Amino acid sequence: MAIKFELNGESVNLDVDPAMPLLWAIRDVAGLTGTKFGCGKALCGSCTVHINGQPMRSCVVPASVAEDAKVTTIEGLTEDGNHPVQVAWRELNVAQCGYCQSGQIMSAVALLERTPNPSDADIDEAMSGNICRCGTYTRIRKAIHRAAGDKS
Amino acid sequence: MKRTGHAGGGLVFALTFASACQPDEMAVGPAAKATASVAPNVYVNIRNDGIVEIYCHRSEMGQGIRTSLPQVIADELEADWDKIEVIQAIGHEKYGDQNTDGSTSIRNHFDLLRNAGATARDMMIAAAAEMWAVPADECVARGHAVHHEGSGKSAGYGELVETADGMPQPESATFKAREDYRYIGKPMDTIDGLAFTTGRAMYGTDTVLPNMLYASIERCPAFGGTVTSFDDAAARAVAGVVDVIRMPEPTSPPLFNIQGGIAVLGSNTWSSTEGRKALEIEWDRGVNAEHESKAYREGLVASASAPGTTVLARGDADTETHSQFEAVYYTPYLAQAPMEPPAATAVVNDDGSCEVWASTQDPQTARATVAATLGIDKEQVTMNVTLLGGGFGRKSKPDFIAEAAWLARETGRPVKVAWSREDDIRHGYFHSVSAQYYRAGMDADGTTQSWLQRSSFPSIFSTFAPDVNGPSGFELDLGLLDAPWNVPNMRIETCEAKAHLRIGWLRSVCNVFHAFGSCSFVDELAHAKGKDPKEHLLEMIGPARNIDPADADAKYTNYGHELAKHPVATGRLSAVAEKVADMAEWGRELPDGHGLGIAAHRSFLSYVATVAEVSVDEQGKLIVHELWIAIDAGTVVNPDRVHSQLEGAGIFGMSLALHGELTTKNGAVVEGNFDSYPMVRMSEAPAEIHTHIMESDAPPGGVGEPGVPPVAPAIVNAYFAASGKRLRELPLRNAGLT
Repeated sequence: MAIKFELNGESVNLDVDPAMPLLWAIRDVAGLTGTKFGCGKALCGSCTVHINGQPMRSCVVPASVAEDAKVTTIEGLTEDGNHPVQVAWRELNVAQCGYCQSGQIMSAVALLERTPNPSDADIDEAMSGNICRCGTYTRIRKAIHRAAGDKS
Repeated sequence: MKRTGHAGGGLVFALTFASACQPDEMAVGPAAKATASVAPNVYVNIRNDGIVEIYCHRSEMGQGIRTSLPQVIADELEADWDKIEVIQAIGHEKYGDQNTDGSTSIRNHFDLLRNAGATARDMMIAAAAEMWAVPADECVARGHAVHHEGSGKSAGYGELVETADGMPQPESATFKAREDYRYIGKPMDTIDGLAFTTGRAMYGTDTVLPNMLYASIERCPAFGGTVTSFDDAAARAVAGVVDVIRMPEPTSPPLFNIQGGIAVLGSNTWSSTEGRKALEIEWDRGVNAEHESKAYREGLVASASAPGTTVLARGDADTETHSQFEAVYYTPYLAQAPMEPPAATAVVNDDGSCEVWASTQDPQTARATVAATLGIDKEQVTMNVTLLGGGFGRKSKPDFIAEAAWLARETGRPVKVAWSREDDIRHGYFHSVSAQYYRAGMDADGTTQSWLQRSSFPSIFSTFAPDVNGPSGFELDLGLLDAPWNVPNMRIETCEAKAHLRIGWLRSVCNVFHAFGSCSFVDELAHAKGKDPKEHLLEMIGPARNIDPADADAKYTNYGHELAKHPVATGRLSAVAEKVADMAEWGRELPDGHGLGIAAHRSFLSYVATVAEVSVDEQGKLIVHELWIAIDAGTVVNPDRVHSQLEGAGIFGMSLALHGELTTKNGAVVEGNFDSYPMVRMSEAPAEIHTHIMESDAPPGGVGEPGVPPVAPAIVNAYFAASGKRLRELPLRNAGLT
């Protein structure tokens, strides 16, 4: 069955099993590989995308949920890679292996959209669903503050 | 002298990679603007458009080697940073050692990389001298160009390609003086930063080939078991399932071979994993079917508590002393659990040759394993190395790559094998479970006079040879035979331990449990003697001296290096301990319920000391407030990546200290995902991880691993300082602290 939704600003019509997790519809069918698999059970956040602006774990969201929705992946966040979060990530060289960082960035962007000046506690709460095995957490905290305009 | 020529093979590879993998030019691959190039050696290719291609022959898994390796070459080559392109090398012996393991990329290749850059620089100078008919020693290389002092002539590297092509190349060259470095020792931004932050970075799991099948493999829950029978009717009925194939049976010992099982292949990941769920399989669980980690632990502790095989002895460790103190420490099985589970894609061509794209730490072994699996010559295997979504030792073992290659041949189509998280945690090459026994004897004034240590754990060698029953070989190098303690009577023994899972290596390997036991025990001695733990640690390390374990009849191989170049220098260990204590303001007044703990350990030729500040909240949960880490890694190339590796080691060490444990029942690993095998998350991350790099001009030591070992004992020692309770096993969640 075809699922019709808006993916990174473009209308798409994907012929997938409606029960297929959105992650696989995005990666295997739409061909966008920036969104990553890490656990398959909404435990690690590597697959985080925005559905109608909300951060969601696409590995457990059935593709049918995206019907008529606006889905944004890391590829669609900006055209030039210069969202303040992406810039802050590069300025602080946050990434190590980089694999979880698409999900980290999507979670951080969503946090800043609802809480423009987050405290460390806000960050801990919003970002604890995203595991980084390389252990970049302290730089992620600093990068979120920087993206929020706090250059200290 | 070597003759030089065009880097044909490398460019062919790059173009193949480009067409197959839809890469991003920011991540890999040269732009095809140049019409000619010259390759002074396999690591450097200079194009006539002025771009210097640098072939990174080591795998990138977060340590930043795709930035630091070019830093070394570009520095000696006098290349401009914005005129280099980094190309990931295929797996091929022409590059020398590519096994990205043991924290070796800089420590074992620093001089080789400098030579690659310096000989390329000298070749550019020779070409300019020939072009201008002037003596080479009147020319200098600077700013991506060669200059002739007398005439004022200059030529960019791109302009020299035509003249340089075919010129003889010196095999060695003079290295730059340290004070002239432009890039070495400077913090450089990660070259893949844009790719990492835009989703364009390509990992093993991101390869897409035309007509590709996605495979998901159900393996026997117990290691070494086999399929008795299976029914695939329901699996084949799942939409999108194309085939179901029984894998080759596992071998004993396992080596890097396919583990058996039933593969379901589908037109996408979802169809193959849904089909796999519908399989009905009867297993013969094999010789490890009875393995229960709880019972095994008792045997392991008993083994370590009885005399074993002496591997180091000086004086008489059984000498009578005023008092004695003994303790046993236990650490469980662990999985590396990189965020990207193992993944590889392969295609077998009509001529029988095979091309692979894989997140591999060891592309040459992966290539040889694929060749052996398919029964073809390794020259017929092209091993492309993608970025790795973490490695930590797991991706040194190419079993998953062999699976992809074998299935590609069976199906006649390109196949991607991407493991699930449960596959990764249950079917890996596991970090050894271990038991460590210690006994120390003290004289009346509290000076340690004797030290007996027994180490028991199933060996990595059991993965490669039959009938291995306990630690041996290089495993004893890892924080055991190089014990830094200034104790006149010392004996170290190894004790038997049979393997019932595939044993492999995990970031810092046996140093994890050797440092946990030794640095905890030394802290226990401090409290037993009523001494300050930091002062006592320094007292135990003793005066600055170089230790040669051979003096105590030990066979010590020092991570493959001569002691003359990389001594076991206790003065450097004391120095990092002193430094980290200063950073943490050791001895300061702490808030109620807080404690500081310290640990210091040499591994992979580097010295690291760590201080942790912890407390226990009202719910009894352990909080790690801050970590302080000091490293002496000798000469460092990219200090920013060294700091980041230490920050990461702090979190990695916390995960294994607080949460990490795999258990087995009926031969099978019980845990399967991040709910049962948890990792430290942002909410548990310390408010700050302070890191310091000691200024040193010593040869480079390792960086990726040495930060890990001192973390767990520093935390456990801090917990004792805070609570008065001693914990002798990991993880701390079993003590109700998480």
